[in-house]
Amino acid sequence: MTSLPNLKKRWGRPQVQRRLRRRYIYERIFRMLGLAAIGVAGLALATLIVSVGKNAFGGFVQTSIDVDIYLNPEDLRPSSARYRHDFAERVESADMRKLLADALERQFPDIDTDSERRRALQLFSLQARRTLRDYITATPEKIGQTVRMRLLASDDVDQVVKGNIDPRVPESDRRVKDKELAWLAALRADGRISRQLSTTFFTGGDSREPEIAGIFGAIIGSVLTLLVTLLTAFPIGTLAAIYLEEFSPQNRLTAFIEVNINNLAAVPSIVFGLLGLSLFLSILELPRSSPLVGGLTLALMTLPTIIIASRASLRAVPQGLRTAAQGLGASPMQVVFHHVVPSAMPGILTGTIIGLSRGLGETAPLLMIGMVAFVVSTPNALTDAATVLPVQIFLWADSPERAFVEKTSAAILVLLGFLLAVNALAVWLRQRFEVHIPD
Amino acid sequence: MTRIALAACAMLCAAVLTPTAAAQSRDQIRITGSSTLYPFSTAVSEEFGRTTSFDAPIVEGIGSGGGLKQFCSGLGTSYPDIANASRRIKASEYDLCQSNGVTDIVEIKIGYDGIVLANTKEAPQLTLSLSDIYLALAASVPVQGSQGGVGLMVANPYRLWSDIRPDLPAVAITVLGPPPTSGTRDAFNELALEGGCQQFEGLRRLKLSDPDLHQRLCQSIREDGAFIESGENDNLIVQKLQANWDAVGIFGFSFLDQNSDVLQPVKVTTPSKDAVPPTFDTIADGAYPIFRSLYFYVKKAHVGVIPGIPEYLNAFTDDEAWGEFGYLIDRGLIPLTPVERQRYSQIAVTLTPMQRP
Repeated sequence: MTSLPNLKKRWGRPQVQRRLRRRYIYERIFRMLGLAAIGVAGLALATLIVSVGKNAFGGFVQTSIDVDIYLNPEDLRPSSARYRHDFAERVESADMRKLLADALERQFPDIDTDSERRRALQLFSLQARRTLRDYITATPEKIGQTVRMRLLASDDVDQVVKGNIDPRVPESDRRVKDKELAWLAALRADGRISRQLSTTFFTGGDSREPEIAGIFGAIIGSVLTLLVTLLTAFPIGTLAAIYLEEFSPQNRLTAFIEVNINNLAAVPSIVFGLLGLSLFLSILELPRSSPLVGGLTLALMTLPTIIIASRASLRAVPQGLRTAAQGLGASPMQVVFHHVVPSAMPGILTGTIIGLSRGLGETAPLLMIGMVAFVVSTPNALTDAATVLPVQIFLWADSPERAFVEKTSAAILVLLGFLLAVNALAVWLRQRFEVHIPD
Repeated sequence: MTRIALAACAMLCAAVLTPTAAAQSRDQIRITGSSTLYPFSTAVSEEFGRTTSFDAPIVEGIGSGGGLKQFCSGLGTSYPDIANASRRIKASEYDLCQSNGVTDIVEIKIGYDGIVLANTKEAPQLTLSLSDIYLALAASVPVQGSQGGVGLMVANPYRLWSDIRPDLPAVAITVLGPPPTSGTRDAFNELALEGGCQQFEGLRRLKLSDPDLHQRLCQSIREDGAFIESGENDNLIVQKLQANWDAVGIFGFSFLDQNSDVLQPVKVTTPSKDAVPPTFDTIADGAYPIFRSLYFYVKKAHVGVIPGIPEYLNAFTDDEAWGEFGYLIDRGLIPLTPVERQRYSQIAVTLTPMQRP
């Protein structure tokens, strides 16, 4: 036994001091490396959010132009006897372009040729005519009066107002010419140009016109697809995991199956698309592009993830729990379903949700089964044609119209929001089902 | 827990089995094929859905080859009704159609598309001939000063544009282009590289004696880093060009049209020695040499079975859509001549099947 003063003396030796210092330095280096790693990850995330968010802001707002429109009864007169009784049909047949063009001519007296009329009309979105038509149908008493209406501007005008088109480059190189810029300047001086939150972006389906393109159809498509994935992959995955972990004999066959499941988890997702194509479309003849087929294909893809995660969490349940239950006379079924599975539930749910959120962001397997498609209508059933959020982002990113750039970023933000929500759900479920087992 | 699991299984079985019957009928037109035609096809689809009582057709952009293969796989609701193609249907594809019962195919030519080379406005504008393009991008080129042919080819030695022609800038050759799976790449190889290749006497002669070798020599793109495959996404190429002033990009005309404020096209010298920039007019009248025709193909047997096909053809061949002032022109389609438009809108009405190409 060394006495205390002796120990102090030994600690005070220079070699010991040096070794001690080196240990502290190593610890400090390790801490700094850890911090740096977190810093790099954080920086990458921040760059993503800033670069997407910067563009996305423009995607949520849309430019409108206020115009005074004279609802000329002449133009809304029945064009044939067929329309005399049905007001809605009569409005349907009336030429909204003419009402709008007349209004523009009053606004800009310098319009005198047909081509200038056409150019002035192109300041507006196609949606403007529909707004006008709906307005007349809803308020027929205004016919004969002049009303000030707020109409959606075209994507090119929108880009000018948002400053994405530089008016200083030569006219020939610009999509928006000097004439249009002059008109816009006059409108702006008049206070007729305004920007609003775009509701169509959240309520509309896909469109070739960036200003009326929306993500609602894609969101519903994603929800339906994931519902199918959840309803198929979760029961099959957990049952397979429970059987393999708790009931199956340990032999070569089960070892072979286990190796294959682990392998499948690493297979590129496009391969599952090919499998879905031949299995669901060619053999079962399910409808192409439908959330049903998409969901089943994604279920194939997520199954290995769910099985592996479920097995890991079943394995983590202490053996004592099983023997105790058996000791009290529980049957194997009762042991598993009354005791083991409930305590493994948080892990099983986390695995399922991780699998699902991978499915939520997937496009490649859906290409094969026709979900990478232009779908205007919102799907109402599992067998309707539909697309999903990441596919919508992919399609917009590939569109030549410049205004789709900000729509793409806005849709990415929405997708990130969904992923965040799904992962928050995972955390909540885990805490909700957490059972503390005393060791 | 058991009950939940059993219920879920029952739901799964029900979900899988019920729609099999529903798959037999379809009341929405299905279109597939070229991604070059995707912007045009979708624009007509949307307008058609808006102005008629029919649902807007579903449009997929999986590429010309893949689309025609699906189209020719058979008759019935699980196969598409219309295939878009950025090139004409091949005889082999036509035969595949015939052997699968797709006997009557209606061919509609809708317009033209130019393939452009462009760089950023910050750099000087280039003027290249087809043989310059071939010398800059081919994997093997004729030995300098020779006319090419067997034994007279070397691996592409040109590093700078000025190596090809002294009056070109002394800048490294960096070209961003589409991958081999793209129809744009096929057309570029066939029109630009092949066109440049034909300027060499030896290679021209080779075409007669050994067409396979000729195609390999003329249409293989170099893989030493001067040509960079940049994915199917043309917007990405546009962004990369703005970042790298020395790079030249290859893409469809509509992307140049949308980005004419930041990009300038490479002028292409024609055999008559004029430097022609790609514009609507030069592509429409054929003065700009790198252009291709765009088509779609309709399965006649589906007309009357799938509702709305004649009306859709009518909407597409309307002057409002594909005419000189139509909305497809705003999207970058180069219109057909009035005579051709007349002819194909006639075919769209009579649904006259095409002959074997």
